[in-house]
Amino acid sequence: MKRIAGINSPARSDMAVLKPFDVAAHVPDGFLFTRWMAALPWWTPFALMMAMVVYPQIAYAQSNFSTAEAFDALWRWMPFLLKSGFFFNVLISVLAMTIGTLAGAALGLAQISLLRPVRAGSWFVTQLFRNSPWLVLLFIVLLAFPFEIRAFGGVIRIPDWIKGVIGLSLPVMANISEVVRGAVQSVPTAQWEAAESLAFTRRQILWQIILPQCYKRMLPPWMNWYAILTMATPLCSLLGIEELITLSRQAMESEDNHPELLVPFFGFALLLFFAYCYPIARLTMRLERKFAVKL
Amino acid sequence: MTWTADQPIVSIKKVHKSFGTLEVLKGVSLDVMKGEVICIIGPSGSGKSTLIRCINGLNDIQGGSITVEGQEVHTPDLDKLALRRKVGMVFQQYNLFPHKTALENVMMAPVKVLRQNKADVEARARALMKKVRLEGKEDSYPGELSGGQQQRVAIARSLAMNPDVMLFDEVTAALDPETVKEVLVTIKDLAAEGMTCILVTHEMGFAREVADHIYFTDRGVIVEHGPPATFFDEASDPRTQEFLGQIL
Repeated sequence: MKRIAGINSPARSDMAVLKPFDVAAHVPDGFLFTRWMAALPWWTPFALMMAMVVYPQIAYAQSNFSTAEAFDALWRWMPFLLKSGFFFNVLISVLAMTIGTLAGAALGLAQISLLRPVRAGSWFVTQLFRNSPWLVLLFIVLLAFPFEIRAFGGVIRIPDWIKGVIGLSLPVMANISEVVRGAVQSVPTAQWEAAESLAFTRRQILWQIILPQCYKRMLPPWMNWYAILTMATPLCSLLGIEELITLSRQAMESEDNHPELLVPFFGFALLLFFAYCYPIARLTMRLERKFAVKL
Repeated sequence: MTWTADQPIVSIKKVHKSFGTLEVLKGVSLDVMKGEVICIIGPSGSGKSTLIRCINGLNDIQGGSITVEGQEVHTPDLDKLALRRKVGMVFQQYNLFPHKTALENVMMAPVKVLRQNKADVEARARALMKKVRLEGKEDSYPGELSGGQQQRVAIARSLAMNPDVMLFDEVTAALDPETVKEVLVTIKDLAAEGMTCILVTHEMGFAREVADHIYFTDRGVIVEHGPPATFFDEASDPRTQEFLGQIL
């Protein structure tokens, strides 16, 4: 095996037994969440729904606010929660994913740069954001970012939800950075050598030969991170951003905060997230299996 | 110093190469004239593949010199891309680009590296596909081709750069016995057309048939060399005799 600068560590020998132990091949692949979700049977949401109906009757049988009334309230709020709440979560997740993917791709490519400082710096940034709690990142962005920018002779206000998007895109960026680096390194070095011996430059090899082979293998982990990100968007409610969970709480308050409302309302939120992420998880695992067989 | 055709096209002088503390080439020298076909044989681990990988700069060397058409390969100011346009290489594992069709594999380097006209390159690539007897497989992806077919695409891909020298690194070692022949026939055609070829091979019958000169390496040195007739029948070194005895 030959050393590709920035891509792998130097081989000390051509003999297989003397090669450095490949650590990357033996760590968990980061599909934990998606694998778990995709393994759930298809009737899980229906079971959840049944539990929602049954639970309040057992827990609050003596209460004067009936389960029927609670579901009646949910029914009234449902269109609002869906349109103003959940769609906003989806919007946040799509924007954060877009920003995180673009920034993460750049950061991932920086991690395989030939320049040592660039490589070290991008590695540090990746590890920092990958290993920080998402909520901490959200709060840092919320508190550290100005609420308005003076530019072009005017004042541009930055709403909190934009900060939420930026805060969520940071951990996504770091994880996508690792996905990109891992995918590039998973292409056999023989591909680099074949291209090198055809007089391709390093840049050409990366963009025309290595990366095109990576897109397919990057898709499942990318989708995995999208599902995780979507599930994390309710964190924004802690910043006061008016997404599904914030609006659910407000709706329950306006319905006099009966404890019987908790399970239907939050159960509904759970169902929405499940309905959105479950197909993604199933598709991800299917693609993962399909692409794993090839190459 | 300008190179002329009466000088060796590839000249290897006292080359030393080690991986860490493991010395795999211990002062190897050999010359190849234009149009010659050279076969390097020897037991595995004797440094054959390492040697030819040094010729196009895929491996670096620790001592000695390698020149291709008079140009020193192992100097910091080498134009690696210029060298690799002159030296084609075919690998044991074919190493085709799996996301491109056979024809695209052949066309890619001339179009992207040499920036040649795409239509011209395509015409040439189709001719090369025909030459390696793969007409009709132009639009197949590497994964849809047999090992022997892939290897012939790899040869066409290398030829598309119009190299002056071709390196073959155990190109039949990974193939099924029945497809070995089709690849060897392709290489034989090339040799007959006057292409300078340096082959690392285990196919003794083939080496005997096509080679102008055979080099036997063992433990990082060239033990013995000569034209096939004398080499195979009059090998004098006990190591050569032992190796040939095991293989023939």
